[in-house]
Amino acid sequence: MTYLLKPQLRHPKLAANSLGFTRRDYEGSVSTLCAGCGHDSVSAAVIQACYELELPPHRIAKMSGIGCSSKTPDYMMGNSHGFNTVHGRMPSVLTGANLANRDLIYLGISGDGDSASIGFGQFAHSIRRGVNMTYIVENNGVYGLTKGQFSATSDKGSKSKKGVINHDEGIDLVSMALQLGATFVARSFSGDKAQLIPLIKAALQHRGAAFIDCISPCVQFNNHNGSTKSFDYVREHNEAVNAIDLMVSRDAIHVDYEPGSTTAVTQHDGSVISLHKLARHYDPSDRAAAISFLAARKALGEIVTGLLFVDPAAQDMHDSLGTIDRPLNALTDAELTPGARLLEALNKSLR
Amino acid sequence: MQSVTRINDFVVKFANVNGSGSASANSLFAKSILRMGVPVGARNIFPSNIQGLPTWYEVRVTEAGNLGRRGGVDLMVAMNPQTWDRDVAEIDPGGFLFYDSTKPLPPSKFRDDITLVGVPLTALCNGKYALPRERQLFKNIVYVGALSFLLGMDVPAIEQLLAEQFESKPKLIAANIDALHMGRNYAAEHLRPLSLRVEKADQVGDRIYIEGNMAAALGAVYGGATVCAWYPITPSTSLAEAFMQFCEDYRTDDDGKSRYAIVQAEDEIASIGVVVGAGWNGARAFTCTSGPGISLMQEFIGLSYFAEIPAVIFDVQRGGPSTGMPTRTQQSDLLGAAYASHGDTKHPLLLPKDPSECFEMGAVAFDLSDRLQTTIFVMLDLDIGMNEWLCEPFEWDDGRSLDRGKVMNWQDLEGGREFGRYLDVDGDGIPYRTYPGTHPSKGSYFTRGTSRNPYAKYSEEGSVYVANMQRLLRKWDTAKTLVPAPIRRDAAEPTADGVIYFGSTTPAMNEALTVLEGKGIHLDALRVRAFPFSNLVMDFIAQHQRVFVVEQNRDGQLRTLLINEGQIDPARLPAVLHYDGTPITARFIVSAISRLVDEAPHPMSQAAE
Repeated sequence: MTYLLKPQLRHPKLAANSLGFTRRDYEGSVSTLCAGCGHDSVSAAVIQACYELELPPHRIAKMSGIGCSSKTPDYMMGNSHGFNTVHGRMPSVLTGANLANRDLIYLGISGDGDSASIGFGQFAHSIRRGVNMTYIVENNGVYGLTKGQFSATSDKGSKSKKGVINHDEGIDLVSMALQLGATFVARSFSGDKAQLIPLIKAALQHRGAAFIDCISPCVQFNNHNGSTKSFDYVREHNEAVNAIDLMVSRDAIHVDYEPGSTTAVTQHDGSVISLHKLARHYDPSDRAAAISFLAARKALGEIVTGLLFVDPAAQDMHDSLGTIDRPLNALTDAELTPGARLLEALNKSLR
Repeated sequence: MQSVTRINDFVVKFANVNGSGSASANSLFAKSILRMGVPVGARNIFPSNIQGLPTWYEVRVTEAGNLGRRGGVDLMVAMNPQTWDRDVAEIDPGGFLFYDSTKPLPPSKFRDDITLVGVPLTALCNGKYALPRERQLFKNIVYVGALSFLLGMDVPAIEQLLAEQFESKPKLIAANIDALHMGRNYAAEHLRPLSLRVEKADQVGDRIYIEGNMAAALGAVYGGATVCAWYPITPSTSLAEAFMQFCEDYRTDDDGKSRYAIVQAEDEIASIGVVVGAGWNGARAFTCTSGPGISLMQEFIGLSYFAEIPAVIFDVQRGGPSTGMPTRTQQSDLLGAAYASHGDTKHPLLLPKDPSECFEMGAVAFDLSDRLQTTIFVMLDLDIGMNEWLCEPFEWDDGRSLDRGKVMNWQDLEGGREFGRYLDVDGDGIPYRTYPGTHPSKGSYFTRGTSRNPYAKYSEEGSVYVANMQRLLRKWDTAKTLVPAPIRRDAAEPTADGVIYFGSTTPAMNEALTVLEGKGIHLDALRVRAFPFSNLVMDFIAQHQRVFVVEQNRDGQLRTLLINEGQIDPARLPAVLHYDGTPITARFIVSAISRLVDEAPHPMSQAAE
């Protein structure tokens, strides 16, 4: 099914962005996920974000691991190269791809099995390395493709569809990302497009490791009473700390929130994140405060969403490594090979 | 007792304590002899430890150019009380024992069929130096000084080397030269020269002296590698470190920016993941590791094979299995690398014989991996990788261009060339690829480790899967014609016997062939340089009734590959196996092959009866 192309028929009045692409041009193959899957909403949000940001689709590299979430890159941006790697190892492959060509936009899509269990190490290290990427975990707290086992993000005390209680502590990927030095950290909910789309846009515009934990309920295996990742549970316990708008530099700055409640954050590329505070005293530029805020709210059973932390002046892995501005995969033979004369000098020093 | 008398043909072994600073003094000793125009083969035998355990350094002085280990010791420099007994026992009858005579030792600690050469090294150093660290470090130079007198070594050559070594710390030059002369003067006043002598010769030529890891790293630079991801593991660590250094020297722009990227990954799985990601995206990338790392990388190696992504892995082999003998040498990863990962897979291996070939194969591996769109292994071992070898100088033709393989660019796609990522257009099994981001509407594809059709679309159709697997076999046949061909050396007389060997066995094998010829055992010899085997390898086997396969592992891994890939009758391939962790010696090969020949002088006659 996944290779099916969508019909090329399109509505004549579909609006094109300044690149001449309609939203349709950002779509991919037909999804093979279950009807109502939260992941399809995340794919739709990614498509909308890329369309609105007017990103050239072929300049986006879609990377994923293995699992339901990792299938979704096939369902978006059909003119982009995609790489469905091996389980839990998307971060290293994305890191290598980014080293080879720093000019592309790297979108890593993973799940809670892929990133919090088998790939926990790679998740951690790609973030602490500051790889310039948007790393989205479609978090449903369950192994969907293998039919319903607990994942490492399942909350302690939550109940599986078969009625088994989870006794292991759940991993909070957002808190982890904060501790690991991610320079953009957000949590959202696949059922809240209004919040999710601007967050994805802001993450795509961020230079550095941008992490979004997107709670994305599994309609088949984790949407029942006793689950803490069901649509109903998340809606009831969601506490959004802010609402954001993202304006790229070419947009006119337009904010329609109450004066005094809005903060503007200018990112490296000139894009402006306009933050509308919903929780009093929440400051997304304070990493330590964000960590303790999350812990305090978790104790109350609340799921904090929104832009939790951003460092607009972040540096990325290429800055740390001091690599040239051009992509390494574009270097010519002469730029790579030192030549016979230097080799002869070296030979001489080895006698 | 008759002492051995040898000029430019003997073995000196230094027994030291790890971390005592002996390594640089011993290396100084070897290089001084090289500067006299006499070839040396030198090998470190060291523990997996930073300080305190026994370590040895064996120098073979060989005007004849036999750079492999000979076996046996003519002069033992016994500086380690922990290993005294075994060190003394290892000396060939008629040999020499050089030792620190500060503290008297009972006669039972010596042998009466060797010559004792005592120098009170500790007393000399304690008299001269106040600091304990100085006493320790200079003791090593003092014994080099004493040996220089005893063996007749050229003093200016040693002084010159010290001046080069401490170029940036001139104070140390004078101090070291002082220590050198203290040892030399003591020996001149109290001892007589030995009957082991070094005399100036002209047998080194323009050869260079370098470690294989360094050479391989340089090969990666010349081969155009821009991305290196690695995880520290003995004995491969110095390869990544050398790559860093060479890149800093040769690939830094005037503004200080780097035309390379090196990542020390969190483990070997991430290392190969980075390499696969970079290879997918059109950069030349490699990792370097040893056996345990290869075990960890299996899944990605299979992805590289099946999704057809270029990658280069330098495997500096050590003693296995498991953690095995981390600081000892073996050729025991062949099977694990050749058939790495689950499912039906096979991967090309390059088998360098010395640092020169490490450079050459280190560079060509990147051309092959781009051309064949798969993982290429360069199989070093600890002996080649971590020891300095005397070898041919590096060569590079400035007219040589890097082969990027079959890549469609924007013009190709725009011009309407048909693109199918896994389509065999040319009949050689190798499809075309595109780099991500090439064209807005053409040439994109989804890379996956699952089965797919020639246009990279997911497919579980049996016939589609089989067609793809068959194409991969066609590609494998193409690989046979592209990898380095074997090198044949025929015996002086026609013979039905042959021998196949590879890698670091080469110098010992060459010497053994000469010795065997002297004993009337004639062998045609073939040095295998790559897997898949060229047809020349199978032709060679077909032309001989019996072919000995000499290698450094327990199970005859090259032999297994030959039997498996060539459908060879195992009885025709007697195994000669050395796997105690030390480099194979000429004496071992001679004795093993002689024994096999004695047991069955006419190999096929039994089969015929």
